[in-house]
Amino acid sequence: MMNKLIFGRYIPGDSLIHHMDPRAKLLLSFYFIGIIFIANNWQTYIVLFAFTLLAIMLSGVKWSFFINGVKPLIWLILFTVLLQVLFSASGGHVYFHWGIITISQLGLINGVYIFCRFVLIIFMSTLLTLTTPPLELSDAIEYILMPLKAVKFPVYEVALMLSIALRFVPTLMDETEKIMNAQRARGVDFGEGNIFQQMRAIVPLLIPLFVSSFNRAEDLATAMEARGYQGGEGRSKFRILKWQSRDTWATLSFVALTVVLVFLRG
Amino acid sequence: MSQIIDVAHLNYRYPQQSADDLTLKDISFSVAAGEWVAIVGHNGSGKSTLAKNLNGLLAPASGTITVDGEVLSEDTVWNIRKKIGMVFQNPDNQFVGATVADDVAFGLENQGVPRDEMLARVAAALKQVNMSDFATREPARLSGGQKQRVALAGMIAAQPQILILDEATSMLDPRGRAEVLQTIQAMKVAGNLTVLSITHDIDEAASANRVLVVNDGELKEEGTPAEIFRHGPELIKMGLDMPYAERLKAALKRQGVQVPADYLTEKGMADWLWQLSSNK
Repeated sequence: MMNKLIFGRYIPGDSLIHHMDPRAKLLLSFYFIGIIFIANNWQTYIVLFAFTLLAIMLSGVKWSFFINGVKPLIWLILFTVLLQVLFSASGGHVYFHWGIITISQLGLINGVYIFCRFVLIIFMSTLLTLTTPPLELSDAIEYILMPLKAVKFPVYEVALMLSIALRFVPTLMDETEKIMNAQRARGVDFGEGNIFQQMRAIVPLLIPLFVSSFNRAEDLATAMEARGYQGGEGRSKFRILKWQSRDTWATLSFVALTVVLVFLRG
Repeated sequence: MSQIIDVAHLNYRYPQQSADDLTLKDISFSVAAGEWVAIVGHNGSGKSTLAKNLNGLLAPASGTITVDGEVLSEDTVWNIRKKIGMVFQNPDNQFVGATVADDVAFGLENQGVPRDEMLARVAAALKQVNMSDFATREPARLSGGQKQRVALAGMIAAQPQILILDEATSMLDPRGRAEVLQTIQAMKVAGNLTVLSITHDIDEAASANRVLVVNDGELKEEGTPAEIFRHGPELIKMGLDMPYAERLKAALKRQGVQVPADYLTEKGMADWLWQLSSNK
């Protein structure tokens, strides 16, 4: 069931985008989501789509992954678009009017724009997660949070928690699978019956999982302490992030994109 | 030979225990530098508690522990932990890093080793345990034996003087176990390493210089593997298996064959059998 999940998956590759600095990728993805809202006419949306598709082509990841990324959210998107189309204030030519429902030219155009925004945001964030290993993302987050140290935010500790959490995701998934199978062998039906029966069936999965997580945490803490872990301060770092010329170029291309968008904006 | 570990009248009890119910009772022993000592005993005899006392993971109720000339106390504990490397039982639960190389580097990061030196030491340690090709792998994609070898590589990189194996091979298959033991032997040959292994594994105990038998929190016996293995069937009660040669001897004895009382290695047993049959 977990294999279908596209979100947060990483596809190993050897492209320009794969080799970019994760900080650059993370910040630029957020920046991209910001500048999507500059776009307000069809020229600007075409530029944004062209830019996104170019980035996807550069990554060398198959198209189907991006389509699959949109699929689980398609109903949410259509619902939002529908609300926008049916209930937005009238403007331009009115095609249909009944009670509070108005389908107008402006409403339709806004609906299309919202659809485009959703798709662009999903494409870009999927591109980020597909081309960046979770580990690099957590490094990037640590780096970006660094200024918060000034307000006594425990950056090292949060980064360590994040990387341990990421490292244990597959281990816990395996364990979940194992416990589920063990409980099935003893006659527990998962996903059967009404909502209450289903919830009750989860208990023999959840409690062993919790207990074993506690045991794991204790073992891990002991092992960490035995290996001299005394907290974030005074540690050296094995992995370091390197800003390269390609990251500068990527940033410049986003600047250029912003200029073009502002210029084309109606 | 200088004593690297000196334990004197060590008592320990867990917080939930009453004053007279001790997990460790008046334990005293010392280990010479470069020695391989096996600690054996049945489940719940206090072996692991003893190991955790040695590097200050647990604080003793009374008694002193001296490691390499330093008495264990709150001030010296981090310095002593630098000298002691510990490998635990469950390979999954002690894997801190997100990848193999990260895990090996974890101990070095804690010591604040500069990055250039860290890279060299991590690469060398991975090579020594034959895991260089796996440096960027995630733990979820490794077998138990491989994870345990990564844990060892972490120890090699940190260069401790003492290595404590807390049932480090108990969750491995015979092949993984043999690999880990070979790696430790190689580490021992390479440097003046002292090894304390807590084990139920007879091969691991047999490769030790000395065996300590712990029973119900007390140090019952100590001697060379040959002296301990002479106990024959009693070994099972100590939480150890019988060595193959001992089992063969017991089986021969049941058949009415006169067998020597002394412990024989497999080779010694083979020699003795040859002699026996050639005398007829």
